[in-house]
Amino acid sequence: MPMDWILGLVGGVIIGTAAAIYLLVNGRIMGASGIIGGLVDGSGRSDWAERAAFLVGLLVVPGVAAFAVGGSETHLTSNWAVIIAAGLLVGVGTRLANGCTSGHGVCGISRLSLRGIVSTAFYIGAGGLTVVLFKHLLGVI
Amino acid sequence: MRVFVSFVAGSTFGLGLLISGMTDTTKVQGWLDVFGNWDPTLAFVMGGAIIPMAIAWAYTVGRKPVLADAFPTPPEPKVGRNLVLGSTLFGMGWGLAGLCPGPAIASLGYGGIGGVIFLLAMVAGMVVTPGLRRRLDPSAVAV
Repeated sequence: MPMDWILGLVGGVIIGTAAAIYLLVNGRIMGASGIIGGLVDGSGRSDWAERAAFLVGLLVVPGVAAFAVGGSETHLTSNWAVIIAAGLLVGVGTRLANGCTSGHGVCGISRLSLRGIVSTAFYIGAGGLTVVLFKHLLGVI
Repeated sequence: MRVFVSFVAGSTFGLGLLISGMTDTTKVQGWLDVFGNWDPTLAFVMGGAIIPMAIAWAYTVGRKPVLADAFPTPPEPKVGRNLVLGSTLFGMGWGLAGLCPGPAIASLGYGGIGGVIFLLAMVAGMVVTPGLRRRLDPSAVAV
C-alpha cells in the first residue's frame, strides 16, 4: 500500500511538472477537459494544433509505456449503461464548470483560486456521495 | 514550437497519470469511497502535482511566458451556478466510472472497448454543453 502512495506522489509531481511546463512556456492552463472540449465543440479552432499535439502525447506515451511494462489495467466497469451515463455526466459537467481535476484541481488550487477550490469541493463531494449511493446502497458499481 | 511544447506537456502529463495509478478506476473510486476500503493515493497525487504548480505560479509574478505574450489572468473569483452545477455533475460521473477527462485519454490505449465508449459519451456531453449553457443562463458567454 505505501508503495502506491509513493508512486502516487512521484506521478503527481510529474503531472504538476507537465502543468508547469505548459504554463511557463505556452502561457496556458493545463486543463484536460478544456483542451478536449475546445477541440470538439469548435471553440478552440485557432489553436487546434496545440490541443491536438497535447492529446496525441497524452494518448500515445502512457499507451506505449503501459505496453512496455507488460500492460496496465483500468478496472473500468463492464456495465455499458454506467459507462455511458458517467461519460455524459463528465462531459457536460466539466464543460459547464469550465474545468476538471487538472484545470480546477491541480492548476486552480495551486494558485489558491476560489473557483478551483469550490469546484474541487463539489466534485469530490458529489463523487463521494455517488460512490456511497451506487456502491453501498444500490450495488450497481 | 508551441505545438511541440504542447506535445511534451501532454506526454509528461500522461506518464504522470500512468505512474500515479490514476488511470486505474479502482484507485479513484477507492479515494471517493470513504465508507469502504478507503484508498488515500489520490491525495498524494494531488499534493504532488500542486507542489511544482505552486512554484510555477509564484515564478510567473512579474514575468512573461517563454512563447506567449502574457500569463492567463487570475479567473474572476465568481462562483456561479454553472460552476457548482457543472462540478456536481462531473463529480457524479467521476464517482460512477472512476474516470476524468485526462485519464480517459491516457488509458485509451489499454482501457479496452469500455474506455472507448466512455470517451465517446464524454465527447458527446462536451459537444452539447454550449447549447445547454445558453439555455441555463442566457447572459453567459460560452467560453
